[in-house]
Amino acid sequence: MSRISLDCRRLLCPMPVIRVQDRITELQPGDELEAVCTDPGVMQDIPAWCRINGHQVLEQKIVNDEYILLIRVQGD
Amino acid sequence: MQRKAVALISGGLDSLLAVRVLQEQGIHVEGINFFTGFCVEGHTHAIRKKDQKKPKRNNALWCAEQLGIKLHIIDIVEEYKDVVFNPKYGYGANLNPCLDCKIFMVKKAREWMEAHDFDFIITGEVVGQRPKSQRKDTMPVVQKDSGIEDRLLRPLCAKNLPQTLPEREGWVDREKLYDFSGRSRKPQMALARKFGFEDYAQPAGGCCFLTDAQYSVKLQDLWKARGNKQYEMDDIMLLKVGRHIRPEPGYKLIISREEGEGKFLQGYRKQYPSLKTTSHAGPLCLIDGDFAEEQIEQAARIVARYSQGKNADTVELEYRDTDGNTRNIQVAPLPPHELNKEWIV
Repeated sequence: MSRISLDCRRLLCPMPVIRVQDRITELQPGDELEAVCTDPGVMQDIPAWCRINGHQVLEQKIVNDEYILLIRVQGD
Repeated sequence: MQRKAVALISGGLDSLLAVRVLQEQGIHVEGINFFTGFCVEGHTHAIRKKDQKKPKRNNALWCAEQLGIKLHIIDIVEEYKDVVFNPKYGYGANLNPCLDCKIFMVKKAREWMEAHDFDFIITGEVVGQRPKSQRKDTMPVVQKDSGIEDRLLRPLCAKNLPQTLPEREGWVDREKLYDFSGRSRKPQMALARKFGFEDYAQPAGGCCFLTDAQYSVKLQDLWKARGNKQYEMDDIMLLKVGRHIRPEPGYKLIISREEGEGKFLQGYRKQYPSLKTTSHAGPLCLIDGDFAEEQIEQAARIVARYSQGKNADTVELEYRDTDGNTRNIQVAPLPPHELNKEWIV
């Protein structure tokens, strides 16, 4: 299991969602991905994408105006 | 054997219904949503502070969740440029290449379908609903030019169109498809009620900035100033933000209109020289293009005109170059009658 960080700062939705989606295809079930974003829309959009595609959002928080989501990759 | 369809999901009611119609027939459906860079969804909301109090959902994701299907969002920004630059079938009322756009998206969906071993494509198109891409004479053009031919099914108006492969092969029962036509939304709304959908996205004048007259004027101005039809992602984002004022052919000012826009433009200060009022509350301005040293003062006077110091004798501004070097400038704000209306893009 590995933990990866993904810089999505300055990207507006849906680009952070696309970056997360594309990065997750390269990861294994159980891996964790931390997406760091500046568009507040990610707080709705990334969890929605995860629910649809069966991945788990472990944590979402706001730190210094940045929106940080921790996702655990699930298998099909 | 369960057949598989890929659906073009815009986030609107029609694609929502088209998928549900097919699900009712036992077809496995997954959605595909293309990001061109011109999508209205989300962007302006994310930029403007005044809109941020009401959370805005991404309607394509919302539709997929309602339908219980996977949604694949695909970045086509680079490839889409050729559609915008050279539309074979021309533009609509503004810079919207609707027919070429539809052909391109169906072609990309076909490639996805083939790569993922799906059987056909569905869309929420309704014959007669759109002036360019959804006419009885242009719908077959989409099928032919995209290469999808008879593997494209439009469940909401299929009975008005020739049979497609999924119907002929019996994968889909044609009798359970629909015969909607024209611009009325009533049949779709009735079907939505039947399926129990209540909270769907309302039609709001299109989902693409290229259908917007003001946005198209700004894009044409950009092309004219640069002498070619090129754009980068940052260009098309910045066309959505602020006042655009071109005092000289070679450069223009992008001036924030409120705090959210100012914050957004700040992120571009390493790419564009900028001006910010310091003696009074006021906007942030990016300067896009080539300008002479003496034109900075003219730009500063215009920016000062939009600050709280617009009626003051002098306003102080900070000029910052792209390396972060700064200097202060004092100017008299430009009086309103000296702001040439033709400068405003």
